[in-house]
Amino acid sequence: MKYMLLIYSSEASEEATSEADTGQLMAAYGAYTAALQQAGVLLGGERLQPTATATTVRMAGGKSSVLNGPYAETREQLGGYYLIEAADLDAALLWASRCPGTAHGSVEVRPLWEM
Amino acid sequence: MTLGSPSAAGATVEAVARRSYGRLIAFLSARTRDVAGAEDALSEAFANALASWPIGGIPDNPEAWLLTAARRKLIDGWRLRCGQEALAQQLLWLGFGDGPEDLPPDIPDQRLALMFACTHPAIATEVRAPLMLQTILGFDAAAIASAFLVAPSTMGQRLVRAKARIRQAGIPFQVPAAELLGERLAAVLEAVYATFSQGWDDPSDAGLLADEAIWLGRLLAALLPEEPEALGLLALMLHSHARRKARRDDEARYVPLSEQDVTRWDALMIDEAESLLRRAGTFGALARFQLEAAIQSAHAVRRHCGRADWPAIAQLYRALSLLTDSPVVGINHAIALAHTEQPLAGLAALDALAGDPRLADFQPFWAARAELLVQCSQAAAADLAYERAAGLTTEPAVRAFLQHRRSSLKMPALSQGPHRGID
Repeated sequence: MKYMLLIYSSEASEEATSEADTGQLMAAYGAYTAALQQAGVLLGGERLQPTATATTVRMAGGKSSVLNGPYAETREQLGGYYLIEAADLDAALLWASRCPGTAHGSVEVRPLWEM
Repeated sequence: MTLGSPSAAGATVEAVARRSYGRLIAFLSARTRDVAGAEDALSEAFANALASWPIGGIPDNPEAWLLTAARRKLIDGWRLRCGQEALAQQLLWLGFGDGPEDLPPDIPDQRLALMFACTHPAIATEVRAPLMLQTILGFDAAAIASAFLVAPSTMGQRLVRAKARIRQAGIPFQVPAAELLGERLAAVLEAVYATFSQGWDDPSDAGLLADEAIWLGRLLAALLPEEPEALGLLALMLHSHARRKARRDDEARYVPLSEQDVTRWDALMIDEAESLLRRAGTFGALARFQLEAAIQSAHAVRRHCGRADWPAIAQLYRALSLLTDSPVVGINHAIALAHTEQPLAGLAALDALAGDPRLADFQPFWAARAELLVQCSQAAAADLAYERAAGLTTEPAVRAFLQHRRSSLKMPALSQGPHRGID
């Protein structure tokens, strides 16, 4: 089954992180990505730019409106994702628990609809 | 009756729950084998206690009060289902006497029988430890799910199914006969150890699950004082738990066993483990948990002579590898060989395991491999192995440790002394 691991964390506290800690975190993500690849479960994954760069489009009164910012203000923001192939939810949860994101935020595990 | 106040009553309910939960569940469900029904009745009884003790005072025998209240709930349920006459027969069969108040003077301890039911071969292996945590200790499904890294809804379903199976398949609540005891006891010990292992390397949970597993281990050792493996398991858990404060330094950084400050080990707990192991040895039936405890004992001698007894450790792992095909044993045997022979011998032993598919995503294998590669001066391969290990760990402190080792590969002047990866 395909699962999306959605990594949420606080952009505010990330900005306050020292350069050395950021380097450490990047290396941790590098190692995690390599482990996913070597296990043959990685289907995709990207890091998102901060929500300050977001623009949201929605329909209001039958007309599209374009707004600056994310669709909702939240305490933690979506910062990136991994798309993985896992045998079942237990296996997906094990991979999620290995994600460095669990140490500085939360990782939400969502199954994909099978098409 | 003593005078009750809301907080005193609440504290008493909690204390009784902790001390007596499993005993009450075991007694209430032993005949009916309806664990879920007993849990519902007992939780209603606890709710009643929280409501009525602050007003009416705490009863002299809180346990008997709870048992009476829970029985009343069970009897009410049966009355609705089976009518008056059948109910009287049911109560007679259950040994309930005339009614809920007719209690035996001492509530017999049937927890051991309940543990054997929870770990019966007809119960799926992965749910045995969770089931025991729920029925003996009263943990809720969400807390158990979190500890075992399973979705709460999944764990809830597994527990419900296991309890239904106990009732429907007629799994007996009894301590097996002597000829079956050894085999069945192994499953009980395995489930207790699984509980311990879930907790021990997780500092946030270490106080919780590891303590609960040791509590269960003590209960088993008390109920089965003549079973050397029950004593061996308790000795193993105590040895490991004695080192919990040494696994992190003052800055909460991970410290591997070989670099732990032995003054941070719990000396009393180690002494207790040693004496249990000696007592187990007098029965002359060496098996898995005694061997594992003996290995920890050979590590613990570092307290006195500054060095672990590596020849003994290598020999004990070899003996253990004959009893189990666990890849963890193979990894540790390889590490021991690197000490008693040469790092290259250890690396060769580790490479011989590499085909095992269980090891591909197993963090300790890659951490051990990285360390042995460093000792064999194969820095490039060590770098890859450290990266793999760091990507596989679920522990931020271990991840930081592995990343640190990896980055110090690039600074040969700061190259570290030998490190053994597994603790």
